[in-house]
Amino acid sequence: MADNSNSGFFANPVVKWIEYRLPVFSTIDHMVGTQYPTPKNLNYWWNFGSLAGLCLVIQIVTGIVLVMHYTPHTSMAFDSVEHIMRDVNYGWLLRYMHANGASMFFIAVYIHIFRGLYYGSYKAPRELLWFLGLIIFLLMMATAFMGYVLPWGQMSFWGATVITNLFSAIPLIGEPIVTWLWGGFSVDNPTLNRFFSLHYLLPFVIVGVVLLHILALHQHGSNNPLGIDTKGPQDRIPFHPYYTIKDAVGVGAFLIFFSFWLFYAPNFLGHPDNYIPANPLVTPEHIVPEWYFLPFYAILRSVPDKLGGVLLMFGAILILFLLPWLDTSKVRSAKFRPIYKQLYVVFLIVCVGLTWAGGKPAEGYYLIIARVCTVYYFAHFLVLLPLVGWFEKPLKLPASISEAVLKGDAAPAGKA
Amino acid sequence: MAGTATQPAGTTEPTRRDFIVVAAGAFAAVGAAAAVWPFIHQMNPSADVLALSSTEVDLSQIAAGQSVTILWRGKPVFVRHRTEAEIAQAKTDDTAVLPDPQKDADRVKKPEWLVMMGVCTHLGCVPLGQKGDFGGWFCPCHGSHYDTSGRIRKGPAPTNLPVPEYAFLNDTRIRIG
Repeated sequence: MADNSNSGFFANPVVKWIEYRLPVFSTIDHMVGTQYPTPKNLNYWWNFGSLAGLCLVIQIVTGIVLVMHYTPHTSMAFDSVEHIMRDVNYGWLLRYMHANGASMFFIAVYIHIFRGLYYGSYKAPRELLWFLGLIIFLLMMATAFMGYVLPWGQMSFWGATVITNLFSAIPLIGEPIVTWLWGGFSVDNPTLNRFFSLHYLLPFVIVGVVLLHILALHQHGSNNPLGIDTKGPQDRIPFHPYYTIKDAVGVGAFLIFFSFWLFYAPNFLGHPDNYIPANPLVTPEHIVPEWYFLPFYAILRSVPDKLGGVLLMFGAILILFLLPWLDTSKVRSAKFRPIYKQLYVVFLIVCVGLTWAGGKPAEGYYLIIARVCTVYYFAHFLVLLPLVGWFEKPLKLPASISEAVLKGDAAPAGKA
Repeated sequence: MAGTATQPAGTTEPTRRDFIVVAAGAFAAVGAAAAVWPFIHQMNPSADVLALSSTEVDLSQIAAGQSVTILWRGKPVFVRHRTEAEIAQAKTDDTAVLPDPQKDADRVKKPEWLVMMGVCTHLGCVPLGQKGDFGGWFCPCHGSHYDTSGRIRKGPAPTNLPVPEYAFLNDTRIRIG
């Protein structure tokens, strides 16, 4: 990369004055600018990292302004949310942005994760990058769960009751832990207050982990659709302007998608029962979490044993931490792994199946499907991935990114 | 593809690409500005606050020489039933040296009823009634003196106590706001 410290933007005297004292512009330039070399073959599946970052910003900004109008008290929380919806200027828009923004965030992150699964982005030397992403995912789930409690509707209250009761499955210390979480003997005002506090705190913790995630990413650079390392300048292009503009195209498409939900179906992803104020005496007939928790909810319910269900549900996420070692193949991209590629599709269908089953009552065929999917989910990681890595014969990897990108052109292979 | 975008070296004629960059940038800027507005406007008074922004006062219980203080939009409003002497004094003072000249007749709808904000125009304290050098109001915070018409006469306050919008619904009832 050429040193452009004396050209263009960096030639501006004000920029120079600041840069000499605080290297803020060159830091950004190295992070997402002209000084960050990126594989030149990234496809649109690589847009979802920046889109998830955008979602985080949208959630924080809308959240900060919503807090200006929200009251975290059991007697006023529900009314204050209605006050936001009816009285506050653009309150309906800000709340719908926040509620649907959470779903958009999970959509972006799920696609981002499945991108990583397909192209082997979790493999050496990116294991810690993968870990940090999983930590962000866990923090997101905690934040989203606590945020859903804040409107203090029926689903808020009973969702909080069910999820906090999961901890009662822990032998011996389970009950005291639940009492400690609640600050009482049921989900009540102390619970609401602490959830509010943490719901405000955790997004900023996520920002911190995101920065670590980016730091880890920059250590070895982005993975790419071929899954092979970049071997020289001919394999790379600077992040700016090439991927900033590509990300901008993605942002445009994302905003159209987001706007569709926001303006045409703002309550589609929510549950109507949450427009009923919380009532500790009446449980809704059919409790379902938000859609992004459904696969894990399905796993929880498919185990007839209380502790077993809880362990399996948390295990479904924790097993992802072992993935870099469970996947024994040295080839990263599924593009060159004929068998893994098919297993990936089956796994994707199983995850969709779990999501679907999680939204249905836990009975009859729904329960059978949920159980089959649960078994397959774990078998995929614990049995199939280790075995496939040994038995699969991968396709021949290209010598370099530029060779693969330029194939079919006049340029002879391996010329670079 | 070739042709239109290619420029001989040294020409400064804008290209089609320049036009696209400026148009797209302007479009994004307008969009961003439009998106920012809800985030700013949400801090303005909400509909329920605006709905509480008028209040009615029954005057029949206020004898001459008495005042009541009404809470309107979270701030005190003084409603004073002025005595003949106070009205006469206020009229005489029309010709005095006033930092913020205003006639008493312009500050009242009926001379015996003085309705004004009870918020000192200096830094927002509530002035004390029937105190100070001019028989009107005195602000204890920084020593502003107001006369029997609520006009600033002495001290750091820049303007007279403002008269809110109000109307007589009948002889003994007013609506403020």
